[in-house]
Amino acid sequence: MHRRWTSLAGIVVTALLTLFLVIPVLLSVYAGLTVSYARGMSAGFTLDWVRQVWELYSETVWRSLAVALLTLMLTLLIGVPGAYALVRRGGRFARVVEEIVTLPVAVPGLALALALILSYGNLGIFRQSTLFVVVGHVLFTLPFMMRAVIAVLETIDWRTLDEGAASLGAPAWRRFIDVILPNVRPGVVAGALTVLTLSIGEFNLTWMLHTPMTKTLPVGLADAYASMRLEIASAYTLVFLIMIIPLLIGIQLVAGLTEKRMTS
Amino acid sequence: MTSKRFDLLLILPLAIFTLAFLILPLARLAVEAGSGPGGLANFVAILTEARFRNSLFVTLILAVVTTVATLTVATIAAQTLANRKFLGRGLLLSLLTFPLAFPGVVVGFMIILFGGRLGLVGGVTKSLFGTNVIFAYSLFGLFLGYLYFSVPRVLLTILAAAEKLDPSLVEAARSLGAGPFAIQRDVVLPALFPAMYTAGALCFATAMGAFGTAFTLATNIDVVPMLIYTEFTLATNASMAAAISIALGLITWVTLAIARSHAMRGEGV
Repeated sequence: MHRRWTSLAGIVVTALLTLFLVIPVLLSVYAGLTVSYARGMSAGFTLDWVRQVWELYSETVWRSLAVALLTLMLTLLIGVPGAYALVRRGGRFARVVEEIVTLPVAVPGLALALALILSYGNLGIFRQSTLFVVVGHVLFTLPFMMRAVIAVLETIDWRTLDEGAASLGAPAWRRFIDVILPNVRPGVVAGALTVLTLSIGEFNLTWMLHTPMTKTLPVGLADAYASMRLEIASAYTLVFLIMIIPLLIGIQLVAGLTEKRMTS
Repeated sequence: MTSKRFDLLLILPLAIFTLAFLILPLARLAVEAGSGPGGLANFVAILTEARFRNSLFVTLILAVVTTVATLTVATIAAQTLANRKFLGRGLLLSLLTFPLAFPGVVVGFMIILFGGRLGLVGGVTKSLFGTNVIFAYSLFGLFLGYLYFSVPRVLLTILAAAEKLDPSLVEAARSLGAGPFAIQRDVVLPALFPAMYTAGALCFATAMGAFGTAFTLATNIDVVPMLIYTEFTLATNASMAAAISIALGLITWVTLAIARSHAMRGEGV
């Protein structure tokens, strides 16, 4: 008896939660495609709003993609060797370094952005370039890349692999590229998808770091939410959803694959 | 010999980047906070000046309420979803975790669609009772926004813990005559506690530092991140903005550090 009402209550709560999370997204998609949101379905559907968004904001879409790819490149170059170095070194030093590198996850983006502006705001060319935004994104996403790689390194026997290759006469850098990198690939792929998703959606840092010439998609969204009609804001949100959904599906697929490999 | 040099080479990019763009700027932030006309009194002003104190107070309350609400809802949902097989389970989980990738501004917009001037709730209440109920721009709207971006990550963490919980323990407690609340108190919640603790701390820290949602909803409630923003851009008071940033950063960092050390100790037992 008791059991029945508790599991029923659980199902009701879960269902309401799902509706709370999903309905606004559906409304947004719907609003972006209706002729008039206020008049409802009877007014019919159109792609005009999406077209207008593209005319107004396509630049932000391309910039966000460029920023995300540059951010990914830098997190790969900095994070993957860094993660391997920390795991090799181990001990207290590695823990302290990881703690410092992970600070941007704990410290609010606004504070980090302020710190960057105070330090480099006077370097005009750097401050006004897209690179300034990229630096902020690398700062914020680097811990996720490193964590993903470290997690994989901790499950494989990298020491034996490395020593085996060394006994065959391979120099250290060759062992890193030919032996270690292929073995940490699942971590790198998972980290890369997370970095891209976070970068495309990053707002807190970017809002402070951007200039009128370096607007990214979420910055453009904030602008549209504040000043455009609901249909345009919704259509723009739709463009954002289309950009991140493939990445999210990718993350789930990778997670599923690693889980299978772990259990098999 | 060369191995030592190679180790150095591996960590060099990380060292340079972290030094130049994290440690140096944070040090600069600290210096800025202590400079200006106020000096170190800036930190005192956070507590003595009513505008700053109220903002800190509202943000703390909002973050605590968000954390409690999120943990409650997520724990119930996690138990419902764990170890239960049904058609479309994968899709449902994707839908529940999908908003994880939304920036705060988008979450704010979702709340506007829900309870804003042209919102769903207002539309329904207007056709039913003739009044357009609008709550998106109030403290309640802000709370719903925080709930919206908190639930997915907390749910994921607690669900992972709930799946590890042995269902036969619950069965056993039930067959011994324990009621649903006793089962929760004595069996389920103790097992989920470490996950709830970690997820709760992350939820609290995120809520303290969230900016985009409040920005989109444009409420007249100044949460601390909004305060930093207005202080820096509108009042051009960089040193006050820096002081509040450091205070906020310390609050979130300490919360997470405590939670992590707690979780580690929990694992050791």
